[in-house]
Amino acid sequence: MTTTTADKITPIIGMEIHVELDTATKMFCRCRNRFGDPPNTNVCPVCLGLPGALPVMNRQAVEFSMKAGLALGCTVSAFSKWDRKSYYYPDLPKNYQISQYDLPLNVGGAIEVPLADGQVKRVGIIRAHLEEDAGKNLHDDPTSTKVDLNRAGTPLLEIVSQPDMHSAEEAGAYGRAMQRLVRWLSVSQANMQMGHMRFEPNINLHIEREGALYKTPIVEVKNLNSFRSLERCVEFEIQRQYAQWRQDPNYTLEKLGKENRGFDDVTGKTVFQREKEEAHDYRYFPDPDLMPVVVDEAWSGRIAAQIGELPLPRRARYMQQYALSFKEADALTQDAPSGNLLDEAVAAGATAKRVTNLLLGRIAATANERGCCLAEVGITAGQLAELAKMMDAGTVSASAADRVLVEMIEKGGEPLTTAKALNLLAVTDTAQLEAWVDQAITANPEIVAQIRAGDKKADKARGFLMGQIMKLSAGKAPPAQAKAMLERKLIG
Amino acid sequence: MSDSIDKKLVRHVAKLARISMSDAQATAMGSQLGAILSYFDKLKELDTEKVEPMAHPLDFTNVLADDQLGASLSCEQALANAPQRDECFFLVPKVIGDSQ
Ligand SMILES: [Zn+2]
Repeated sequence: MTTTTADKITPIIGMEIHVELDTATKMFCRCRNRFGDPPNTNVCPVCLGLPGALPVMNRQAVEFSMKAGLALGCTVSAFSKWDRKSYYYPDLPKNYQISQYDLPLNVGGAIEVPLADGQVKRVGIIRAHLEEDAGKNLHDDPTSTKVDLNRAGTPLLEIVSQPDMHSAEEAGAYGRAMQRLVRWLSVSQANMQMGHMRFEPNINLHIEREGALYKTPIVEVKNLNSFRSLERCVEFEIQRQYAQWRQDPNYTLEKLGKENRGFDDVTGKTVFQREKEEAHDYRYFPDPDLMPVVVDEAWSGRIAAQIGELPLPRRARYMQQYALSFKEADALTQDAPSGNLLDEAVAAGATAKRVTNLLLGRIAATANERGCCLAEVGITAGQLAELAKMMDAGTVSASAADRVLVEMIEKGGEPLTTAKALNLLAVTDTAQLEAWVDQAITANPEIVAQIRAGDKKADKARGFLMGQIMKLSAGKAPPAQAKAMLERKLIG
Repeated sequence: MSDSIDKKLVRHVAKLARISMSDAQATAMGSQLGAILSYFDKLKELDTEKVEPMAHPLDFTNVLADDQLGASLSCEQALANAPQRDECFFLVPKVIGDSQ
């Protein structure tokens, strides 16, 4: 940031994240909870807010919220209740939103956020409560608004952080860490394109000038639905608030309090939003239609037992136990099922390094093409283990193994039968192997001379000859045997 | 406390509830609401210092349903009483932004 004086600027950033929970049905009725269906087809008297309809809370939504809360180190409240937040809007058919006001389900906690430089930042969590989402307003017509209530009443987890972040990068990293966590726990698909995660950062600056501390108003920006918008918005606000404060010394928290601004994705700027006069008069009161939720230790213990190892501890374990690099370990801990493949293949007797190479090579490339995770490519841990062991035993070469994998990904099948069918099994016939080795030696007299003379490029020359042998054998020469035979012949 | 609440407050509450109101109605409502609120003033006289706040008058907890798909309405049924529609959408006067 450019400062004209010796001002010391500390951005203070907190965030609310709305996460759509991946339940089969809505929060208070048994309509389908799904994105992309024809408008107003997943609706019923309850979620349309018709008179006399009564809501019944979805147990899965409560348990998903508890699971996320426990993974965030929150305390699950022994007693929580439901409140009505009253306001009138066409996408909110009951004219109130059911939320949790003073007794939220999860309280306190923190998340470990990995930063780009490999450091880990801890961000405190104030609360994580359950509430219902509104429907969707479509504004494509200039004179009227179209309303689709398929989303009305679907469960949302609202996670409120402490103002612990200090840069756009940290805000983005926090959002990504939360996405990884809720996916890891299978409580949300956390698909940004489908609006499963929405961010509301609040941002202000602490400015130290000549020993005095100045604070700018806290700016809240609603409804950001991509990491890029989030980061751009925070960066813009940091610059804008500083510029405005320098122009206007009254631009302070004390004088102006909080301010709402909207982010325009096209211009990359935020614009001031005048508060509707009584917007904050929500008149919360306990919902008489819903009973409180009481969570005993047995229940929260059952949910805690489903959590298992979290992404960052697992990443550290992979580096320690399997000697993977940071990059490899990070790539294998983006979601739980992909990492499980590695653990299960190792448990089945394969070496971690081989399995990692298979996963992050051909399988990662396929996942990338298909836009899915590694586990969804369809290769099982058992198949990975078998293929890795075949490579270790020299039954298939690395290049042959890759061709086997391609075939398995496309057509299914087991490693050994696929290698046989493609005629890729290494040749164990010594006479055939000897023929390839001899051919490589005869065809490259200068290279052989280099090696025999003990040239400093001898290692590279050996590698070249091995490459020739593999080429001549179309990948079927067992590398270890071929290498041993080559050595014997080079000495002899 | 007086038995009538002032018209400004009546208008504020009416606006929050999206109710339009004539001047005479606002005056009448002021005295009616005032009478109701003065009854609450009476309740306030009770000493509730050592009484836990009540979350619900009934003594049930954890009334929860399984996450199993049930029946929904068709869009024709859902829109049967809609004053205005555009195919399967409800149609309302132009609004700006979203509620959340
Ligand atoms: Zn419904």
